Amino acid sequence: MSERYDSSEMMTVTAARALHNGQSCFVGIGLPSEAANLARLTHAPDVVLIYESGTLQTKPEVLPLSIGDGELCETALTTVSVPEMFRYWVQGGQIDVGFLGAAQVDKYANLNTTLIGDYTQPKVRLPGGGGAPEMATCTGEIFITLKHSKRTFVDAADFITTVGFGRDGTARDNVPNIGRGPTRIITDLCVMQPDTQTKELTVTSLHPGVTRAQVEEATGWAIRFAADLGETPEPDDHELEVLRDLKARTEKHHSEA
Amino acid sequence: MAEFLSLHDAVARYVTDGATVAMEGFTHLIPFAAGHEVIRQKKRDLTLIRMTPDLIYDQMIGAGCASKLIFSWGGNPGVGSLHRLRDAVEKGWPHQIEILEHSHAAMANAFEAGASGLPLAVLRGYIGSDLPKVNDQIKFIECPFTGERLAAVPAIRPDVSIVHAQKADRNGNVLVKGIIGVQKEAVLAATHSIVTVEEIVDELDVHANACVIPGWVISAVVEAPAGAKPSYTHGYYSRSNKFYKDWDAIARDREAFTAWLDEHVFAAGQDNGDTA
Repeated sequence: MSERYDSSEMMTVTAARALHNGQSCFVGIGLPSEAANLARLTHAPDVVLIYESGTLQTKPEVLPLSIGDGELCETALTTVSVPEMFRYWVQGGQIDVGFLGAAQVDKYANLNTTLIGDYTQPKVRLPGGGGAPEMATCTGEIFITLKHSKRTFVDAADFITTVGFGRDGTARDNVPNIGRGPTRIITDLCVMQPDTQTKELTVTSLHPGVTRAQVEEATGWAIRFAADLGETPEPDDHELEVLRDLKARTEKHHSEA
Repeated sequence: MAEFLSLHDAVARYVTDGATVAMEGFTHLIPFAAGHEVIRQKKRDLTLIRMTPDLIYDQMIGAGCASKLIFSWGGNPGVGSLHRLRDAVEKGWPHQIEILEHSHAAMANAFEAGASGLPLAVLRGYIGSDLPKVNDQIKFIECPFTGERLAAVPAIRPDVSIVHAQKADRNGNVLVKGIIGVQKEAVLAATHSIVTVEEIVDELDVHANACVIPGWVISAVVEAPAGAKPSYTHGYYSRSNKFYKDWDAIARDREAFTAWLDEHVFAAGQDNGDTA
């Protein structure tokens, strides 16, 4: 790992680079929102950011704390009702990429944001599905970003809130009008993509300085590595500067009110 | 025709024990003042419906008002858990509540179906999710034209919906502005509705396509300045992110919560005394 940046910055910059200029992106709060806005402020100025509160084509100066922050509405092209958001824009197929986080991701990229343990007697109750279950099936493809640990990357999710490829990798087979689902997962250690045949998540590039052993140690199943395993390109100075500015003014803004 | 009532009288008349109540506002225009009045009047056995329960239902659940919650995302936005909701679900304090959880898409569709007078909403949803296994209100039907398998959920038809908005004119016509969420759908879907507003004005002064809810579909309009604090009202005041963060510590602890409730809700009369 370089002294120029830390592993969180490596993750956010890599996630940001996954978005292309001109794409429409449905953005989850937290790390996805940080990455999507970094993309907008660097290589993808015309990326269209959409939040589930109904704000279309929004350009927030600071990252929102909640999905419905006034900042999102004030900087949006327009704001639609929540039923219109989910019916016309998500279900209607207008969105290229859904950018999500999660509490748990499993081997087949299924996401759990509902609970840890048993449904009727949960060990930990999490917030639930929100906009994710339909975003994951109605958008063109899904990017997922979260920190890598054995607690978050599990063999089988306790609860499938939002489908990746199901319990056996076949959940999307022969389903009409369904998106491609998760196409890449960006963590602080590596990038993973589903195997083209089995859909099992496979490491396709390691971040600079990260070893296979580190990824194996932080993953709850016997993780596979692609035959042509690459090294993720490092962040450049401009990306780091823009990201740090964005985080600093966000921090300042949310500590004021 | 909307009647202008005090917050006390509107809640006393329309929120009855055992009622199904939707208090909406998608992280904006959350009707906290009305929620506190429900707590003060010690309403019990309510079925609470809200896409994002937020602090308002955390407070009402902690205060013992609810027996059932229908929701689609139950966190403290940007902060973490709703500890009073979790305490009720995980430990049964102050008593056990039943939960029925959906996705946002399903609830938004269900509100719209309620407003449309339909018995159900149909959506391309819940594919591959475990949610239908734990919520018997989620079914699947076959499209009679294409054969596609689609999700169906019952329409939301609350006994009473309560929303907050910017302003009403003297005929009770209401303007909702900014993130409008499901405010209009919630009012139209309900048997009765209460709309709290920042102010009552002579003229709404709106453009042709503004989100206006006509007074003749609203049961009661209540003037409640700052009635959405600590959430926000677009054009009036911003969200107190500090309060949302501070709530985490208050709500974690039953005694701290009870003390907060005594001081800021019960002792505060009709003033919404919780703002930071």
